[in-house]
Amino acid sequence: MHELGIAVSILDRAKLESARRGGVRLLKVGVRIGELSGVDPDALSFGFEALVKDTPLEGLALDIDFRKRVQRCSACQREFAADMPFSSCPDCGSAATVCISGDELDIAYIELEEPECV
Amino acid sequence: MRVAVEEKVLNENQRLALELRQRFHDHNVFCLNLISAPGSGKTSLLERTLETLSNDSKVAVLTGDIQTENDARRLARAGFPVKQITTGGTCHLDARMITKALSDWNLDDIGILFIENVGNLVCPSSYDLGEHAKVVLLSVTEGEDKPLKYPGIFHKSELCVINKIDLLPYVSFNLDAARENARKVNPSIEVVEVSCTTRQGLDDWLAWIYRRQLKTVGAAAPAA
Repeated sequence: MHELGIAVSILDRAKLESARRGGVRLLKVGVRIGELSGVDPDALSFGFEALVKDTPLEGLALDIDFRKRVQRCSACQREFAADMPFSSCPDCGSAATVCISGDELDIAYIELEEPECV
Repeated sequence: MRVAVEEKVLNENQRLALELRQRFHDHNVFCLNLISAPGSGKTSLLERTLETLSNDSKVAVLTGDIQTENDARRLARAGFPVKQITTGGTCHLDARMITKALSDWNLDDIGILFIENVGNLVCPSSYDLGEHAKVVLLSVTEGEDKPLKYPGIFHKSELCVINKIDLLPYVSFNLDAARENARKVNPSIEVVEVSCTTRQGLDDWLAWIYRRQLKTVGAAAPAA
């Protein structure tokens, strides 16, 4: 339900990058969304497309890298993909594990047209 | 041309949240962010909590809703400063709303700040409000599988309050399974069980607040 607001934040950051570089055209924005982030990738794409439609930014692509939850075992350091619900380390059985990936809500990169050479 | 950015999407919210956390630290304010589905009992829990605290405890509440001042009116009866944040449609509170709401309050007059988020188990989990801990509420009239359905917020919360336990004889809620599900999503989450009607378990909730506050600011305990 808050994906549109998230899409606005992403778009604002992309526009800022373009403005910093003399207004070169934006091509693509890459984001990382973890399954624990509370953001639904489909709703985010939908909101993003709606925001750029019929604007000079129409066609700007959103590349979503969806990250599953990964835990690290505090006892044996094994890292494992944790299909939820997860319980303990598949190797040593320890229940003491920490989440090391899966809650991302990051802008990874922004792609822009090459600036004209003068 | 690809530019590596590597920033949080909610960078601006994060910046404001860090500012708030620093201000809380500077003024010895301990802040909790209460999150649940609509109707789990956030306001009732705060009502019982405020009733229990003595008038010289420095407690204040910010309460968020999409519309109405009803919750602020309910909570103001206890005599502590309460401010309603009406979001006008937004399904969560963000750090800017908190900064704005606190602008005319003197933080030196606040020891514990409760933020009651908008009733929603999804979106509030994305927004840091500068709080020291998130507390998620779940009531026994909901399903015990809620932690599995909404793992994000249970993952980020330090405490799970299971409310309405006086209704356990009348519903099929499995308390053990609820605890276990919460811990499957977040092995370090603490769980307390309360009834805001019979007051059962409220001491456990207050004791948790006291311990957590001590851990954060080392300040005097709220008189329970």
